[in-house]
Parts: sequence; C-alpha cells; structure tokens
Amino acid sequence: MADTTFRIRSIATDPLTLAIGASVALLVIGELLSPGFAQGQQIVRLLTVAAILGIVAAGQNLVILGGREGIDLSVGAMISLGAVLAGNMMNGQNEMIPLAILVAAGVPFLIGLINGLGVTFVRIPPLVMTLGMTAVIQGALVVYSQGVPSGQAAPLLSAFINRPLLFGIPGILFVWVLIAIAMWFLLRRTAFGYAVYAMGSNERAAILNGIPVRFVRVMIFGLSGLFAGLTGLCVIGYTGSSFISVGDQYVLPTVIAVVIGGTSLAGGIGGYWGTMAGAVALTLLQSVLITLNMDVWSRQLIFGATLLALMLLYGRQKQLRV
Amino acid sequence: MIALGFLRSRPWLITLVVLALLVTINAALQPSFFEPRVLRSNLATFLPLVLVAIGQTYVILAGDIDLSVGSIVALVNVVTVTIIAAMGGTDLAIWVGMLGGVGVGLACGLFNGLLISGLRFQPIVTTFATGIIFAALAIWVLPRAGLPVPANYWRTYGENFFGVPLVAWVLIGGALFTLIVSRTVFHSHLLAAGGNRTGAFQSGLRLGLIRIGSFMIAGLFSALAALCLTGETASGDPLLGQTLALSSISAVVLGGTALAGGFGGAFGSIIGALVLGMIGNVIFFAGLPFEYQTLVQGLIVLLALAGGVFVTRR
Repeated sequence: MADTTFRIRSIATDPLTLAIGASVALLVIGELLSPGFAQGQQIVRLLTVAAILGIVAAGQNLVILGGREGIDLSVGAMISLGAVLAGNMMNGQNEMIPLAILVAAGVPFLIGLINGLGVTFVRIPPLVMTLGMTAVIQGALVVYSQGVPSGQAAPLLSAFINRPLLFGIPGILFVWVLIAIAMWFLLRRTAFGYAVYAMGSNERAAILNGIPVRFVRVMIFGLSGLFAGLTGLCVIGYTGSSFISVGDQYVLPTVIAVVIGGTSLAGGIGGYWGTMAGAVALTLLQSVLITLNMDVWSRQLIFGATLLALMLLYGRQKQLRV
Repeated sequence: MIALGFLRSRPWLITLVVLALLVTINAALQPSFFEPRVLRSNLATFLPLVLVAIGQTYVILAGDIDLSVGSIVALVNVVTVTIIAAMGGTDLAIWVGMLGGVGVGLACGLFNGLLISGLRFQPIVTTFATGIIFAALAIWVLPRAGLPVPANYWRTYGENFFGVPLVAWVLIGGALFTLIVSRTVFHSHLLAAGGNRTGAFQSGLRLGLIRIGSFMIAGLFSALAALCLTGETASGDPLLGQTLALSSISAVVLGGTALAGGFGGAFGSIIGALVLGMIGNVIFFAGLPFEYQTLVQGLIVLLALAGGVFVTRR
C-alpha cells in the first residue's frame, strides 16, 4: 500500500508528467482564450514547430547530460549555418536534397567536434568555447553569404515539412519520432549512452572505470552540431528561405526544453522523452503568449522568469553545510 | 626559475607584451595612432569593455560567472536617458539620471547574487536568464533606440581635465580601484571562495556576502560602462552591449584569471580588454575586406582564449 502511494507520488512529481500536464493545461488555456486553438490541424502545426525545436534539443540534451557544466550555445549559429548551406545547395531543386542533407549535417558535425576537442583537450569551459565558436560561425556566414540572403528550399523538402504525408501528419513528425527512438536506443541500450550518464554524474569514477570519457565528450559535441545542422535543414524547409541569423532564436529554448524535461544541468540525470515534452510545452507557452497579443518584451520576460522558476525546481546546487 | 615563478604568478605580463606588440603594429599601420585625438577616441571605444571586464573579474575570482553584464549595460543606458529626458535635461537631471543608472546596476547585481548565492542557483544559466529579463526590461523602458541626451553630457565626456581627457581619468580610476581592492581582505576572501569553496565555508568566511558583493561590483562596473557608452552614443538603445558578456569573459581570461576561480586579478583584465580592442583595431587597419573582419576577430579571440586557459591552468 505504502509502495503504491510512493509510486504515485514519484510519478506525479516526475518532470515528464509535469511537462505533459503543463502542455495539457496550456492547450486548455489556449482553447479558452481563442476557440479553435486545440483543433486537430492547429495541434499538428504546433507539433511541427515543436519538432524543429525538439531536434536541436536532442543535441543540447546529450551535451548537458555529459556534465562538467556542459552546454552548447553554438547551436543557434549551427542552425543558421545548416540552413544557409542547405539552401544554397538546393536552390529550389529536388535532386539536390540528398547532397543538402549531407552538407547541412556534416559541416556542423565537424564544427561540433572542434567544440568538443576544445572543451576536452584544451579544457576551455563549454560555455566559453561554444560562445566563441558562435562568433566564428557568424563571421564565416557573413563571408560566405557576402551579406546577401541566398538559397531556397527544394519544393519536396517544404512539402515534407509543411504538408501532410500520412494520416494528415507531415513527414517531419515521423522523423521526430524516429529521432526519439534513436535517442532512447543510444542512451539506454548502448555503451555510449551509459558512458554519457556515467561521466555526467561522476567523471572521475567514469575515468577510473575505463570509460573513454574524452572520446565520448568530443562525440556528444559533434552530435549536437549534427542535430543543429539537421534542424537548420528543417528550418529552411519550414520557412522556404533563410538568413544568417535564423537560428539565434533557438539557443535559449533548447536549454529550457531540456531543463523542463527534467535533465539536470549538473549532468547525469534525465533523458530525451522529457525533453520532447519540454519542447511541446514550450511551444505551447509561446503560442499562448502570442495568442494573448503580448509584446516582445513581456514574452521575453515570461521566458526568463520561466527559466528562473525551473532553476528553483531542478537547478539548485548542493548545500555547503553538511 | 625565480623568473619563471614571477611570470607564473603574473600571467598578465605576457598579455602586456602582446599589447605592446599590437600597439607597435597599429602605429606602423596607422601613423596618426599616437596623436592625442586618436588615442582618446581609441580609449573611449575600449573603455566600456575595460570597465565591464573589471567587474566580471571579481565574479569569476569567486568561482561564478556573470552573463547578464551586457543586458545590465543596456538597461542602465535606457534608464539613465529616460530619467534625464523626463526631468527636462537639466544638469540636475543628468546627475539624477546617472545616479539612477548606478542604482539599477547595483540592483541587478544584487538580484543575481541573491539568486545564485542565496538560493544556490547555477550561475551560468541563472545569469543567462536574468540577462534576458534585464534585456526585456530595457525594451520595456525604451522600445526603440533614440532619446538623445543633452549636449552637456557628451561634451563633458569628451573634455579634458588638467590636460588629460576624462576617459583617461576613468581608466586611471579603474586601475587604481583594482590595485586598492587587490590589497584588501575582501580580495583574499574572494580568492578563497573561488579556490576552495568548502574550505572557505568551513573556515567561517561569510560566503553569501562575498559572492553577492562580487555580483554587485559587476553590476556597478556595468553601470559605469553604460554611462561611458552613453557619453559616446549620446542616446538610448535597448539593444546595446549584446557582445559584452563574451568579450568581458575573454578579457578576464586573457588577463590571466583562471575561469575556475581562485586565481588572478582585475588589473590583468584591464590589459586583456585593451588587447581585445587593439585586435579589432589592427584587423581594421590591416585592410581586410569588411566581411572577413568578424571571422578573423572571432578566430583570434577563440585562439587567445585557448592560449589563456592553457597558461593559467594549474
């Protein structure tokens, strides 16, 4: 009996439950504010936006799980990079989509590896390394684009992201589900995933256990770049064209989505299901705030305040008094 | 060996050599570099970063980090110009505006410090979040750039006192501040708090006050930087100072302070900030095409950071 109550309580306070609960509550609020908010088509559109955020957040999730103050602030610039590169590869031609995917995923992957190398071998704190890399990528984008927006999504890619593919659901949502399964498999069924958790919760113990901590850390930064680049591809498919700062708006939401989903900023605790729920909750919150006709500044204020409130729940550090 | 030890305890000496090198290159590329007018305008450009970097140092020494400094600069700028405009642009209004700005800076620092030290929030994400909040407040106070300050403000900022420009006096004042603070007990306590937090706590240091103090110093210096920037731009802009967070951290690292805390000093950060400014100058005068300037600057800063972390790592 006591066991059941304990289990119910732990389910009720689980971040995943909370994030799903918040999403449902936000849907109800949205529907009350403007009828039609929770309609099927509208929900699909919201999920598409959430999927774009959710895919970058997968990489952010890995980096944060890996611990040692892991955070990747270069994902915004990487999304822009992926979008601009993919746009210029495709230029509206369907035949070029495979090449665009390869470039949009590959280049940010390599840059992510450089982030990882800097963090692992030169021991630059991830925050500083990825912020510095952001400046470099933005500079490179200015050089590459000469300051003029260029590139166009191929029609097939736009259709894949914006139009229904099966049962009225666009292709990107199927991709998101595939990524979710891949993330679950990677984190829970492979040695790599266990290494990420091990070094996130106790790096020293992980090293002493012979886990290749350096390799794993370099790889998670690389994967974060890869996911960001793929997101860039989705972004250009979603909007049709790109500009060199298109990804900036995603940096903070990725961190928030991961934290809402119950992944500890100290590393070692959490998973991707929560992050997905976090991405959905965040997209709904944004959408409700827009429905309320809020100014930019009040939306920003609520965002910042949400993050602080989350810190209160999950982001507190250990007490010195023992 | 003694020389090496001397250098190891003062890594900013290397930065000083780099600064001298950059000055030489710049003077060669730009013959007018040493003209008082050019020197003053360069110094005026670098000064905001120098001030923010001084404040950032104390936070980093105590083992924390402040990503909200750029937003504090924007908020102080718009609050100051709004107060001055609301009070009719008189000399009294200027003083009240500046005082109000400094008060806002201190309050922002106090807010950060209370959250991080009092509620034990993780500093990186917390100051990231408070930075967003401060930036939102800045847009709320002044939605669009504009609202010029009275001529008295920027004229005074450009004037000489005892034959030396005001900006140079501010720099000298900042340097003196760092030298005085480095001889206080507070400074040793900061180093203790950053170097070994548990040990500092167990030896009875009042960590809460020390860390809140460091955040308030960062807020104060961000406010001073904002007042200087206002003297340069002569108006309000809610999007001011967005790059200052990263540049100030870079300046601190270049100045030989360990990012993990517990080692270094703010005097080095002044030199680090000047080096960062000079890098921008040299790139500009080297005649690089405009599009390449951001890229090259980003690369140099990243490399310098890697080098800086390498030197100070223990």
